Amino acid sequence: MTIIFFQIIITSTILLFLLPKRHQNNISIFLQAGIIVITSFWAIQTFTIVDILELPFIYLLGNSIPLKIDKLSAFFILVINFTSLTGLIFAKGYLKPYFPKKNDTEIAFHYFNFLWLHISMLLVVMIRDGLAFLIVWEIMSLVSFVLVIFESEKKETVNIGLKYLIQMHIGVVFLMIAFIVAYTTTAAEFSFDGLSVYFASNNPFPLFLLFFIGFGIKAGFIPLHSWLPHAHPAAPSHVSGVMSGVMIKMGIYGILRVLSYIHNDLFDIGLFILIISLISGLIGVSLAIVQHDVKKLLAYHSIENIGIIGIGIGLGVIGLSQNMPVLAVLGFGGGILHILNHSLFKSLLFYTAGSVYKQTHTRNIEQLGGLIKKMPKTALFFLLGALAISGLPPFNGFISEFLIYSGMFRSLQTANLLIDIILLFSFSGLAIIGGLAIFCFTKVFSIIFLGTGRSNRTQNVTEVESVMILPNFMIGFLILLIGMVSFLIVQPLMNVVSIFTENTSLLSEMIPVFNNISLSSGIFISIIGIIWLLRDWQQKRHQVTENDTWGCGYTAANPALHQYTATSYADNFVQISSKLVNVKKEYDNFDVSEIFPQERSFETHSSDVFEDNLVSKPAKIIFHFLEKIAVFQTGRIQDYLLYALVFIIIIGILTYFNLI
Amino acid sequence: MISLLLILISALFFVGIVTKLKAKIAARKMPSIFQPLYDVIRLFKKGTVYSPVTSIIFKVAPILYFSSILSAVFFIPFAGEAGLLSFYGDFVFFAYLLAIGKFLMIIAAMDTGSGFEGMGANREALYSMLVEPAFFILAGSVALFTNNISFNELFANLHISTNLSYTIGIASIYVLFYIAMVENSRMPVDDPKTHLELTMVHEVMVLDNSGFDLALIHIATWLKFAIYGSLISNFFIKSDWNIYEQIAIYLGVQFIFACLVGIVEAFKARNKMNKNPQWIIVLSAIAVVTFLTALIITQKITLH
Repeated sequence: MTIIFFQIIITSTILLFLLPKRHQNNISIFLQAGIIVITSFWAIQTFTIVDILELPFIYLLGNSIPLKIDKLSAFFILVINFTSLTGLIFAKGYLKPYFPKKNDTEIAFHYFNFLWLHISMLLVVMIRDGLAFLIVWEIMSLVSFVLVIFESEKKETVNIGLKYLIQMHIGVVFLMIAFIVAYTTTAAEFSFDGLSVYFASNNPFPLFLLFFIGFGIKAGFIPLHSWLPHAHPAAPSHVSGVMSGVMIKMGIYGILRVLSYIHNDLFDIGLFILIISLISGLIGVSLAIVQHDVKKLLAYHSIENIGIIGIGIGLGVIGLSQNMPVLAVLGFGGGILHILNHSLFKSLLFYTAGSVYKQTHTRNIEQLGGLIKKMPKTALFFLLGALAISGLPPFNGFISEFLIYSGMFRSLQTANLLIDIILLFSFSGLAIIGGLAIFCFTKVFSIIFLGTGRSNRTQNVTEVESVMILPNFMIGFLILLIGMVSFLIVQPLMNVVSIFTENTSLLSEMIPVFNNISLSSGIFISIIGIIWLLRDWQQKRHQVTENDTWGCGYTAANPALHQYTATSYADNFVQISSKLVNVKKEYDNFDVSEIFPQERSFETHSSDVFEDNLVSKPAKIIFHFLEKIAVFQTGRIQDYLLYALVFIIIIGILTYFNLI
Repeated sequence: MISLLLILISALFFVGIVTKLKAKIAARKMPSIFQPLYDVIRLFKKGTVYSPVTSIIFKVAPILYFSSILSAVFFIPFAGEAGLLSFYGDFVFFAYLLAIGKFLMIIAAMDTGSGFEGMGANREALYSMLVEPAFFILAGSVALFTNNISFNELFANLHISTNLSYTIGIASIYVLFYIAMVENSRMPVDDPKTHLELTMVHEVMVLDNSGFDLALIHIATWLKFAIYGSLISNFFIKSDWNIYEQIAIYLGVQFIFACLVGIVEAFKARNKMNKNPQWIIVLSAIAVVTFLTALIITQKITLH
């Protein structure tokens, strides 16, 4: 019964084009609410009553394609639903300035695609049939491409969108090849379920590698990430929030789905995922530190967090292969929980960054500053997101990292030498990633929100309207809930982890630990409360005065001129990692004869080593080659007729000699 | 409970002893051992000055910083007896709890809009990021050695018996000692006595704090020293000794730790600023040595 409602709702998205733009957001939310209610109902059903829910969905080439929802799908459905909902609410406020510029159809097209991004993601996690999966995967790429180029009047945006589209198609080719290879070797069904036959009888690594490249381009593992830092800044903020929060996780879903069919030779695969993830984590966060564009910075942080998720999954797979249940359960548990956590704080950060962009019209953090006084709510939510993404207690990011850490530390003694060395690298890597994330988020929060404004863009800024704050409240509530009352998520998490390993009861052993963490956080917060009251009491008895910031005796210049900038903040990190982050400085040196130095310019640029060498350089070489071929493109119809004639003659000759 | 009391008591005198010893070595007139206490009491009696540039962040940061360190004290075990809070993996919570306080102090320094404080903040952020792996590798090697991952059990099961395990003990103490120095921004990473803002790290971050807030920051520094002192003392105290011996040894270790800090500060010059990262990473390298030693002891690496 519910499936019919689902089909009706997804078809009726077409009605958006008939409506004037002022109603479109409300109608979209109404349709989305229907989708969310139905799919969440299915998801909760799989979590509580049945193991696998199978519903007939559509006929494709004469085959009935069912929706198949297991616990892994159910988990992703809930994550997708929540973030898409907050995204659409945020869009109501965010798109308002675009209304005068865009006509009804353009706005309707945007909402239509946004809804279809949501629907296609849901279908991606529910469909197992190979061909249907590739089709919905393709729909997801196409609609997100349209969403990215929303501001298509900017040439830059369209270029970025095309780059994204091309890379997504390279990904889909790998997926297609992978499915075909499995299908032709085993003649089992052309679907995910058919893979188990292949993996049982063949070395799983080569085929897994194909899938990993295909899904990894979506997920943004380094070195497959180069679309990510461009597409996120170009897209409107609610789209970047949803793309970074959940769409890139579809890559992770694919990897997890494929992994669930592999039961032998897991060690190589686990090690491979772990190494790629450690690299993604470390390089992602290092590159984030040198960015000045706040959304590009957040995009690099997505790569970092995909790395953390991958570390958890990689360790889980290694744990499975070595028969170490603690490592397997806590690794998978931490990695999967981090998927949810990252979808929360990353969308929160993108929404708040979007609010800042909407009010200041710049994403360059060097032009911002002091916004906490003008946008206090946005600032506090950004801070909440920053603390959570840095993995600090009592917020949710800590809980997932804690699971991964405890899995590693508890396995140290039982593991053999090789695993111990792997664990050593993993936990030191995770600790460095955490430290660098703190470095990065102290930078970006202080530069945007603290101190004084660095340009006139910050002058007439006001807080955004409440509809843009509402999603932040919803996300903030969940961040605190998972961080403070973490035992709640153990049961659902056990359900999801049970796809990969049976010993999920190890997770329920974490409940007392989580309760202790909640207690410790509670004590921490009560101490804060007590000290606060004490200070209030003390300050009422003594004078509280206002005076200028200490400028070391120099009072002539205003503080905005000599306060720290993002570039100077990142400088000491850049010095120790110059090879990796590739920062170039451009400036004129002082002339010796110049007694009173004049104003002069200073520029720094950073570039992504991987993008330069893996995408830009090969693309240049290909272009160079293709340009030579372009001599045939003369633009004269006579030449083209000649080509056709030559072609026909060649075909004729070849047929005559029985060559084709 | 005992651990909490002992840490609070030793925190009161720690910095006093350090300053007194430093003055003695430099042949200056020695301040009273209670001088830091007097300073803090005087600060509590004073009003507070806030810059108009600062926001709510600047006002809450010292409170959060102090609270995070006070809560961290609850995790420290004493002679086989667990701290007030003790659970599987508590040292991860401990490390991240200290990090949240630091996060707030760093952004509070940036909140003042002063170039000097930004400089200090960003150095502190870099150094504490670099020192983090050393702590985790150290904890990892003790966990590998004892198969336990809470502070209390780590130490309770740390039987220093063979020659090799002395290596772990000595290297761990060395690393912990210098982690304490880095975390408290002392020599050789930072010189608390410097008079030039450009060369400061921690001191320049708190230039604008005054009154109650500054007092909290000072007490937090004492507590941090006492925390690391207690961690080190746990390497020496055995759980089967009677309580008076344990307390005596504990206070003795804290005293020697304070003296060592004083001596190092008196004789060592501050590193060149851009040498610091390298110097801090060496700590992680030494921690890796303890990890390898633990692998040898657990016979995963066999030596011929």
